[in-house]
Amino acid sequence: MTKILRNDLQIISSLIEENEKVLDVGCGNGNLIEFLSKEKNVDCKGIEIELEKMNFCLKKGLSVVQGDANYDLNDFSDNSFSTVILSQTIQATIFPERVIKNLIRIGKRAIISFPNFGFWKIRKDFFFSGKMPKNKILPYEWFDTPNIHLCSINDFIKLCHKNRIKIKDKVLLNENGEKIQSINFFENLLSYQVIFCVSKK
Amino acid sequence: MKKKKNIKRIHISERLKLDSGKTLPEYEIAYETYGKLNKTKSNAIFICHALTGDQFCTLKNPINNKKGWWNSLVGPGKVIDTNFFFVICSNVLGGCMGTTGPESINPETKKPYGLGFPVITINDMVKVQNRLVDALNIKKLFAVIGGSMGGMQALEWATSFGHKVHSVIPIASSYRHSAQNIAFHEIGRQAIMADPDWNKGAYYHKKKYPKRGLSVARMIAHITYLSESALQRKFGRNLQNSKFFSFEFETEFQIESYLKHQGISFVERFDANSYLYITKAMDYFDLSVKKGGLRKAFSDKDLCYCFITFSSDWLFPTSETKTIIQSINQYNTKVSFAEIKTDKGHDAFLLDEPNFYSTLKSFIIGQKKRLKI
Repeated sequence: MTKILRNDLQIISSLIEENEKVLDVGCGNGNLIEFLSKEKNVDCKGIEIELEKMNFCLKKGLSVVQGDANYDLNDFSDNSFSTVILSQTIQATIFPERVIKNLIRIGKRAIISFPNFGFWKIRKDFFFSGKMPKNKILPYEWFDTPNIHLCSINDFIKLCHKNRIKIKDKVLLNENGEKIQSINFFENLLSYQVIFCVSKK
Repeated sequence: MKKKKNIKRIHISERLKLDSGKTLPEYEIAYETYGKLNKTKSNAIFICHALTGDQFCTLKNPINNKKGWWNSLVGPGKVIDTNFFFVICSNVLGGCMGTTGPESINPETKKPYGLGFPVITINDMVKVQNRLVDALNIKKLFAVIGGSMGGMQALEWATSFGHKVHSVIPIASSYRHSAQNIAFHEIGRQAIMADPDWNKGAYYHKKKYPKRGLSVARMIAHITYLSESALQRKFGRNLQNSKFFSFEFETEFQIESYLKHQGISFVERFDANSYLYITKAMDYFDLSVKKGGLRKAFSDKDLCYCFITFSSDWLFPTSETKTIIQSINQYNTKVSFAEIKTDKGHDAFLLDEPNFYSTLKSFIIGQKKRLKI
């Protein structure tokens, strides 16, 4: 029995076809790539910055390189993977723009998920308390948070336009991590998390 | 040099064609094995030793009665667990612990080869190792592992005999010897050759051998194995026996005494000509010119790699390993890599570094699972 994945990872895995070649940037304990290689025969590789998590992956027989999304993506050549995944990490990178450009350079497409800072509850909290929001997905104090580049859905779309990045798909999630079905308006207000699938134009 | 009786060897009565174009008419391989080969012969790990290492990687070395050079890593219940794995380790070609080298008897002249021994390469060493694996009747090794020059051999296995290995584990190594590395080796060789007792390599029949030259070579090399901060931490500017300067040229600083000790103990166990030949083999090593570049050299898609480097290793810096990884990434996803944070320099691969051991152990556990052995 394969362990049940975190909700957003479950949705990401559903976007991956069988026999793909996937790079998971910031793969953590390797749950997603383990699932993909077992269930979908995907040729997987992970990048992880923390040695302990990396060792956890190695013990499962997964291939992982110790590395930092900000600096070490240059080790991968153009189009060497079919999909590159960056889940819940873009907001913690030092150079998000450079990272995104690298992701779509290495992969034919990139799947990027992040917490939506435009979510109405975050706006409400900030509006009423006047303090940096804290919640389930962003549980840190402003002064010791790894999340140094938070953005909203609209911010991300704007950055894609600026860099001529094609948005191929977009999955919106509610607070329970469930898919939000068909909203055309107010997506930036109503989505708690988002998963973008992007590529070169 | 101490006598080497009772060393386990196999004699190969075949000609060995070397990279230089020369041939050895026949040769011997001295080796040790630890643990038991399983029925399916799937649990064999080949350990490649570094420049001054030997086949006694664990337990007691019968020649000097000291513990093997990787005793803390290899053995029952250890990271490379000999309760489970069958470990093979052989003395390299050109070495001085029983495998054919410059101090061996040339069958054609019935005298030690000396400088008559042909110049060898890392590839030649690996060809001989492969011959041993064949002789042991093992079709595919679970892993080839080695640090420093041992890592060079592991990489050579990957490019020459990749189909005979599941995983390759190069530690603190590189695909080539850099200009700086060659420079340090050349100083060592010059020190040996400047010693009058070297006698152009023909010293085996004499009472004296080039102790001083070899000792200086070892002292220089030893500095390159340590980091500046480790030297500072271990020795600082401390004096050995006194609180005051002697204003004489005797051994005074602790670091001087340490290096001298390294030099003296080394000449007891190592042959000066072997040092010349093996350092030369390392200097010639450059996989980037083999088979039309690194990408082609590492194009085997089935091989699995685990690279480990050490942050303060300036002799084989992480950047060199990253160059190899970039090339392998092109065709093969099965590459793992970790840089271990330490101030112990290149020598860290011989030391009990907890993070090094935990990463290596994790990789071995994972590969056992993957191969279902």
